[in-house]
Amino acid sequence: MFNNLSDKLDKALHVLKGHGSITEVNVAETLKEVRRALLDADVNFKIAKEFTKRVKEKALGQNVLTTLQPGQLMVKIVKDELTELMGGDAEGVNLSATPSVILMSGLQGSGKTTFSGKLANYLKNKKTKKPLLVACDVYRPAAIDQLHVVGDQIGVEVFSDRGNNDPVAISKAGIAHAKANGHNVVIIDTAGRLAVDEVMMTEISNIHKAIQPQETLFVVDSMTGQDAVNTAKAFNDVLNFDGVILTKLDGDTRGGAAISIKSVVNKPIKFIGTGEKMEAIDVFYPSRMADRILGM
Amino acid sequence: AGKSKVDDDVLDDLEEVLVSSDVGVNTTLKVIERIEARVAKDKYLGTDELNTILREEIASLLSETNLGEETDFIIPQDKKPYVIMVVGVNGVGKTTTIGKLAYQFKKQGLKVVLGAADTFRAAAIDQLQVWADRVDIPIVKQSMGSDPASVAFDTLKSAVTQNADVVIIDTAGRLHNKVNLMNELTKVKRVMQKVVDNTPNDVLLVLDGSTGQNAFEQAKQFTAATEVTSLAVTKLDGTAKGGVVIGISDQLKIPVKYIGVGEGIEDLQVFNKFEFVDSFFK
Ligand SMILES: Nc1nc2c(ncn2[C@@H]2O[C@H](COP(=O)(O)OP(=O)(O)OP(=O)(O)O)[C@@H](O)[C@H]2O)c(=O)[nH]1
Ligand SMILES: Nc1nc2c(ncn2[C@@H]2O[C@H](COP(=O)(O)OP(=O)(O)OP(=O)(O)O)[C@@H](O)[C@H]2O)c(=O)[nH]1
Ligand SMILES: [K+]
Ligand SMILES: [Mg+2]
Ligand SMILES: [Mg+2]
Repeated sequence: MFNNLSDKLDKALHVLKGHGSITEVNVAETLKEVRRALLDADVNFKIAKEFTKRVKEKALGQNVLTTLQPGQLMVKIVKDELTELMGGDAEGVNLSATPSVILMSGLQGSGKTTFSGKLANYLKNKKTKKPLLVACDVYRPAAIDQLHVVGDQIGVEVFSDRGNNDPVAISKAGIAHAKANGHNVVIIDTAGRLAVDEVMMTEISNIHKAIQPQETLFVVDSMTGQDAVNTAKAFNDVLNFDGVILTKLDGDTRGGAAISIKSVVNKPIKFIGTGEKMEAIDVFYPSRMADRILGM
Repeated sequence: AGKSKVDDDVLDDLEEVLVSSDVGVNTTLKVIERIEARVAKDKYLGTDELNTILREEIASLLSETNLGEETDFIIPQDKKPYVIMVVGVNGVGKTTTIGKLAYQFKKQGLKVVLGAADTFRAAAIDQLQVWADRVDIPIVKQSMGSDPASVAFDTLKSAVTQNADVVIIDTAGRLHNKVNLMNELTKVKRVMQKVVDNTPNDVLLVLDGSTGQNAFEQAKQFTAATEVTSLAVTKLDGTAKGGVVIGISDQLKIPVKYIGVGEGIEDLQVFNKFEFVDSFFK
């Protein structure tokens, strides 16, 4: 089975047991294991390196002042550092404007359309909002149909314009429709795109400029590997997004991409997706994510 | 005289390149050990030669399962209809790969039929229908929410009646840790054999090229449920490298057949292991 991080840490931390304190010498082997385990959890290569360096500094600085065993201390330092890295308390979305406009962005298949539906459903039921979904993916086969099916499932209106292939125009028309019909939240679903696709990145930048959303969300598949940093950075450079959504956490991925993304863009992870159903949405808890990555 | 040891710096760089390509620590260490062993025996002269050795060693992990010599989309002549069942976790590119693959077979003059056995995801049937229309081939479908095994059964029946050459069955994305959904897939597979013996002929697991080490578990669990016979790696038109398939192919002995390099109908290629390995260093 899966050789998880906590098993490996336990193994590595054995080295420290019996020693009175953490020294340069006895911490080295442990850090190697920590780094190895982070890489197995898909934490980015460079970020894993920086992370272990910071853990080392913390460990060496603290050992004399505590009553914990060195091994326990290391676990605590690693976990605290991870939790802190992934952000403070859970944050919701900015709903201060009327209507509040929320723009989705991300790679192909990351879960944008599904999450658009989940968020609309959540805001409708938990925050008594009246959302409008806007279909701005004019490329993917049946993308508009997909959003309509999702809208029907949750009883939320979907704005689309099938003849129109300009997402900027559709997004503006959607917001106008929301204003005219008393919707106080507008969720804009967009096509998946690669960060290296300049035409498509310019397109979403144009949508962003045209509608000036209260909230721009970057939706990312939690199974993503080393490339998470490149993508997150590129989308953030173009959109300066407000938050991250981690999807498909109902799988068994360790989700190290969460650390990588947070480290590189320093934006909060706001929600997680935990299934295909419309109810499968949860707020993000950094300490739970740290436990998951550590296999605890 | 050549050197008999590789510098630590060179190995560190190599480790970074491979791990950053999602090859994974285990497989990366395996590659490094093989290079060290070979250099100790054969010696080497310079960076160029080291690059060649490296390329060969990585490619050799794929070689038991991949000849790496196929240049075209080939279907065995002796099986008719040749049935391909496409499986994988959510959003990896199954339906799109089916559209592109159908296009390639159609281009060769083969008669292709699609089966819409993803009856769960919103508008999944409509999506496959769009691809069938693009390629201009028939599709067998039922309504959303119907039994996927029944759709697969109907598709094979229809293909036999139509005297089709190739059948490609789309299935709903599912995470490999969902036991019920994996059992459902086993059933979809089993029902095909009631229509044509020894089908499906190919169970194609689609992996997203941006996925990290979790792809290993995907490959293991889908193999357990459906005996995967080949792999496709998608979305390699981005910056992700898809290196995790090296270890998967090596350990599970499943060949990589296709790579996806875009969303267009032509954006599917036959896997070439040397080009694949070279892309890590670009
Ligand atoms: N298991 C699981 N599946 C999910 C989750 N979120 C989305 N999915 C599935 O992932 C697949 C892709 O989701 P979509 O919402 O279509 O993704 P997208 O980002 O809109 O895709 P494109 O528009 O093609 O870029 C679908 O099969 C969804 O049902 C999740 O949290 N868990
Ligand atoms: N850039 C790029 N995008 C791709 C590639 N293959 C598929 N896609 C895109 O990825 C997204 C998901 O593709 P689908 O074919 O719907 O994936 P799927 O596995 O059928 O998804 P589910 O049925 O929801 O599980 C779509 O936006 C596709 O256009 C590829 O090779 N490159
Ligand atoms: K993905
Ligand atoms: Mg979508
Ligand atoms: Mg599909």
